Amino acid sequence: MGKAANQIAGEPGHWEHFPHAADVGVRGFGGTPAEAFEQAAQALTGVITNAEVAPKLEVKVNCEAPDLELLFVEWLNTVIYEMAVRNMLFSRFAVRIDGARLEGTLWGEPVDVARHQPACEPKGATYTALKVAKEDDGSWSAACIVDV
Amino acid sequence: MDPARFTRVDETTWRIEPQGAMRVPAIIYADGNLIRDMDDKVYEQAANVAMLPGIMQASYAMPDAHWGYGFPIGGVAAFDPEEGGVVSAGGVGFDISCGVRTMLTGLKVADILPGQKELAESLFRQIPAGVGSTGDITLDAIEMDAMLAGGAYWAVEFGWGDARDLERIEEGGRMAGAEPALVSDRAKKRQHREMGTLGSGNHYLEVQAVAEIFDTAVARVYDLAADDVVVTIHCGSRGLGHQIGTEFLKEMVLEAKASGITLPDRELACAPINSEVGQRYLGAMRAGINCALANREILGHIARRVFRHYFPGHDLPLLFDVSHNTCKVEPHAVDGKRRDLFVHRKGATRAFGPGHDSLPPALRSVGQPVLIGGSMGTGSYILAAEASAEQKAFSSACHGAGRAMSRHAALKQWSGRKIQDDLAAQGILIRSPSTRGIAEEAPGAYKDVGAVVLAAEHAGLARRVARLRPLICIKG
Repeated sequence: MGKAANQIAGEPGHWEHFPHAADVGVRGFGGTPAEAFEQAAQALTGVITNAEVAPKLEVKVNCEAPDLELLFVEWLNTVIYEMAVRNMLFSRFAVRIDGARLEGTLWGEPVDVARHQPACEPKGATYTALKVAKEDDGSWSAACIVDV
Repeated sequence: MDPARFTRVDETTWRIEPQGAMRVPAIIYADGNLIRDMDDKVYEQAANVAMLPGIMQASYAMPDAHWGYGFPIGGVAAFDPEEGGVVSAGGVGFDISCGVRTMLTGLKVADILPGQKELAESLFRQIPAGVGSTGDITLDAIEMDAMLAGGAYWAVEFGWGDARDLERIEEGGRMAGAEPALVSDRAKKRQHREMGTLGSGNHYLEVQAVAEIFDTAVARVYDLAADDVVVTIHCGSRGLGHQIGTEFLKEMVLEAKASGITLPDRELACAPINSEVGQRYLGAMRAGINCALANREILGHIARRVFRHYFPGHDLPLLFDVSHNTCKVEPHAVDGKRRDLFVHRKGATRAFGPGHDSLPPALRSVGQPVLIGGSMGTGSYILAAEASAEQKAFSSACHGAGRAMSRHAALKQWSGRKIQDDLAAQGILIRSPSTRGIAEEAPGAYKDVGAVVLAAEHAGLARRVARLRPLICIKG
């Protein structure tokens, strides 16, 4: 699967989807694990909608896990939870990772069904095809399958 | 995948002999074409499940099996707590007790056609579907716990259902052993506004016509005849189930490590049944089952309201309501010994054959209805469980067509608007908040459901009773 041109102006890194029989894979790339996590969250929003999501409201989150890969799943599940209980979509993400702990900020807006035409609803991030890795060029990628 | 990798036991039974850490064989029920088209990952995942502690007899995969996470979708595995058996959150899935119900309308296709469009619009307005939709019901903490303990019973008591439905719902409409106190506040918060919502993805409400009858005698017992109109709902436990799955999957990854269980795949995260985490998961998961049973009962109630408006006196009696993502304690005979096993069905329908004492008297002589969802265009099937399913796969059968193509690939190939127009030209009205969602669920993205049910019939899991074709499809 070639890399999609999913790059946000002014932000380092990019994201892509990769296929899974029933569900969909999200993968973020960045200069650091934190940037790769942010990009993967963009990919998560891309699973739901192609429409623009305005970064109007800010939500602070935090989570933790014993290793970087488990932390990645936790992060995506935290974003999924905030989307579900707030009925929001997010388009900007800032992540800080400190050992086993992650602090994140999400910016987005309430779902507008007519404008966003949400295609499907992520149920949870899985441990399938889970990989957080440093690439040969020194950049980072973070990927897993999301159940939709 | 390559059929040569299996021992072919008969036309529809493909066996992976135990190798490496496998404790039992893995068996896939399918015909040659389905096996060839199946992803290699199904082989790998069915073999991985066979490595889990306390697994009995074999790790099974149904004819619609495809690549899941940990367990294949279409996977069945039973564990004995007396043999160190495990319970796996991944073996149930995120959408706990996702399932199907079919209701009879007492109407013929000709009754529906003149007002088909109006009916479609009305159902689409009344059934909350898709991301961002909320139900009319919000539950406070006490009501939430009552719902999680009571399932469809609760919905009926609350005025959102019909008491006559209960005997035709798995577990009589209420899963015993549910522990609402073990469901996290986050899971309950996620459900706060989601009671009576359909969800999205492959979930739907369909108005369907009986297009073909295969077994007239059983069809008579199920009260199905050619040209009859039925309503079928496919959905699950919504955000609450998803959150329970998410939380326990994480906990079980750590618990498996602590219990010294080596996992071939982290997604197979599990805990011994007789462990604190295992018992806690079972209590929470059973509450999730009740959430799904309540949710389908409420959606059925909303559909009834719409139908009564257009067709006074038509009460839409329930044919059956059965789940395909669960773990249930059931007695099964293994090696001549009766054991209480924890049967995981992940994308597999429970299928109790004729004479099973849990079936309502009206259905007992012919076996449980096995409700199979196809795609929007190709239709669905109603099967009757065979007694031989007990010995073949712990009383289980397939659950749907299974995807043949990823959402990503479907999106590249089809336009949602065009699919909607093409299906409308065939008399199938699709209503959805998202045209992209329609493209991702395109009929061509699914396997041939006819081949799947035929393989299930040849394998002795369930036999075909009726084929249904869609007239109206409400998609999230």
